[in-house]
Amino acid sequence: MSDLDTFRAETRAWLEANCPPEMREPVQGEDDVYWGGRKATFKSEAQKAWFEACRDKGYTVPAWPREYGGAGLSPAEAKVLREEMARINARPPLSSFGIWMLGPALLKFGTEEQKRKYLNEIARGEIRWCQGYSEPGSGSDLVSLQTFGEDKGDHWVVNGQKIWTSYADKADWIFCLVRTDKTNKYQGITFMLFDMESPGVSTKPILLISGNSPFCETFFDDVKVPKDQYVGEINRGWDVAKYLLGHEREMISGADNSERGAGIGAMLKRQAGELDPVLRAELAMFDVDALAFSAMGEKFLDEIKVGKAHPAQPNMMKYAGTELNKRRHELLMAAGGSAALEWDSEESRGGAAARSWLRTKANSIEGGTSEVMLNVIAKRILELPGA
Amino acid sequence: MPLYHDDDQTMLADTARQFMAEEGAIAKQLRHWRDRECKDGFGHALWKQMAEMGFTGILVPEADGGLGMGHVEAGIVLEEIGRNLTPSPFLTSSVVAATALGQAGDELRGRYLPGLIAGESVFAVAIDEGAKHRPERIATRAEKSGNGFRLSGRKDFVVQGASADMIVVAARTSGADDDADGVTLFAVPKDAAGLNHDSVRLVDSAMASHLTLDGVELDGDAVIGEVDGGREVLNRMLDAGRVGAAAEGVGVARGAMDMTVDYLKQRKQFGKLIGEFQALQHRAAHLYSEVEIARAVTIKAQQLLDAGAQNASLMASVAKAKVGKAAGLAVKEGVQMHGGIGMTDEYDIGLYMKRDRALAEFLGDVHYHAGRVAELSGY
Repeated sequence: MSDLDTFRAETRAWLEANCPPEMREPVQGEDDVYWGGRKATFKSEAQKAWFEACRDKGYTVPAWPREYGGAGLSPAEAKVLREEMARINARPPLSSFGIWMLGPALLKFGTEEQKRKYLNEIARGEIRWCQGYSEPGSGSDLVSLQTFGEDKGDHWVVNGQKIWTSYADKADWIFCLVRTDKTNKYQGITFMLFDMESPGVSTKPILLISGNSPFCETFFDDVKVPKDQYVGEINRGWDVAKYLLGHEREMISGADNSERGAGIGAMLKRQAGELDPVLRAELAMFDVDALAFSAMGEKFLDEIKVGKAHPAQPNMMKYAGTELNKRRHELLMAAGGSAALEWDSEESRGGAAARSWLRTKANSIEGGTSEVMLNVIAKRILELPGA
Repeated sequence: MPLYHDDDQTMLADTARQFMAEEGAIAKQLRHWRDRECKDGFGHALWKQMAEMGFTGILVPEADGGLGMGHVEAGIVLEEIGRNLTPSPFLTSSVVAATALGQAGDELRGRYLPGLIAGESVFAVAIDEGAKHRPERIATRAEKSGNGFRLSGRKDFVVQGASADMIVVAARTSGADDDADGVTLFAVPKDAAGLNHDSVRLVDSAMASHLTLDGVELDGDAVIGEVDGGREVLNRMLDAGRVGAAAEGVGVARGAMDMTVDYLKQRKQFGKLIGEFQALQHRAAHLYSEVEIARAVTIKAQQLLDAGAQNASLMASVAKAKVGKAAGLAVKEGVQMHGGIGMTDEYDIGLYMKRDRALAEFLGDVHYHAGRVAELSGY
């Protein structure tokens, strides 16, 4: 038996012993996802037990080094764990922007002290982070951002406004792009970290077409940020931001999400018996694309691990993955018929189908629009002129 | 297994790429034979050279004198064949027929495999009956006759049939036309009495036969695998051929795309390189994305097939369908973005469109395979 086979057997046994049956059911609503943080509460004992078991094992962030709260798994071991968790449909024990975004940035750009403090807090689910990137006047053209941090010696005084800050109203800390030099567009931005309870920070949820408010407007009114709370170098925050955008695009693409695969057709057949032949054909074409994309996701992740992927490939993944997910939800609505239109009935689980369908429309906007992704592919991968 | 080529496979890819770019180039092979109205549609000298490179026996077990490699390796060669539109018997002989012979007894293997490995023999496969691929239905009959069988029926789209030294024929030894059981595979030698070829040239300049079997008498030892148990062998041939055709299609797609992207960087209109126009950039970028995904699922299907995985056949259909869509897009966008010059015979982009069309139809098109994906997925 190879080491990896042994690891697989151990992992399988560990999951069997530690993942409660309730945590192997598909996520139904928002409160089925545990985000951690100071304000967090558990929905159930099972959720708590699963989170704590994973936290103590380092499995909230399996591939991070042990000293930062992870399990120190090799890429191959992490893949085995992912596969074994997928096999029993185990829910992620902890979801957070700290894990997906700030963590990778700190691992690459953070000081040793920052890594020990912040990464452990993230891994243990103690601090929930949000991301301050977009501004009302800076969407696709993010680098034009205006939020300004005035240098006051041992601290900055930050003024400005961010928008689309996901769950800012529930977050404890923010990682935030702040202009610190107005004379230099790209090399005048600093990647700051600060407490959302700092005086002068306020948030206001934005009601979306889905009827939910996952995003906020966040206002900074003379917020004092100590001068040591930044990542990378002062005025070089754009480097960190660009690196992070790669991660964000990878995450939104669903590259590691096997759930995006096929299944609608079979579900509909079970429920309704017969399928409209034209809908069946569309579902079949979708399944071809979805199953093909899941292979692409696997290939992309394999290549990233060994540095074989083109550095701009996350943009392609983001483009293809989000367009696919939008199509999936269009088909789910078509398959659901009038039942999928229900907005707040118990039977529709509070309009889950309709709200998810509407939510997915943001997939090809957030983290860089599909059009921006195509621009980047044209320029950096195909090397087309003037792009 | 990671979804990229390991060091040995990368080396093979470099070798195959260089060989096909030099020896299998469009001017040297496809146009050369087409313009001479070659009755084979390919060059035997190149087939010999491919044997010298070791390509012809790539899927043949080492015990039979081959390289004993897998579908990933065969796919590497096929992608380069596709990129150069190289006409050769590789897909039908070294992939589909070789897969059938792999299931045959010692006698047939000994009779046919050495010639394949040496690049001296060419094999064809006779599966389709009618203009659309529908292997679930086989009407060609093989009746018991003495110690052997007597075959009667008609087969279509037998690629390189008239050039083949042996044709693998799927026929029915029992049951009704639509039955899964009762199929038997036969190795039919080219000189068998009653075998008639109506050989026609296709849009991609390949030759294909309408094959008539008019009471073809065969010995019992011409049977590949078990009598009445040929469906399993046929399915293996189909999986191998579909994944192989997908790999060749990826090559066609990448060749057409590269050519088109290069053109966008050269052609000027309105005082600008046309590649500067966002309308074209976005279409080229979308195409890139589709071709990358098609390539990924093709490699996935190759690996699953090599591993004998349970979902290999499903993913073979996914790959064939996805490549059909992506390569179809590549050649259509290719011709459109080339503008008027894309419509000329002198320019190669149109040849990609023709080859894609024929390859798309081979062993099932997008619609057939999307439908099969639905069926295998339970709807």
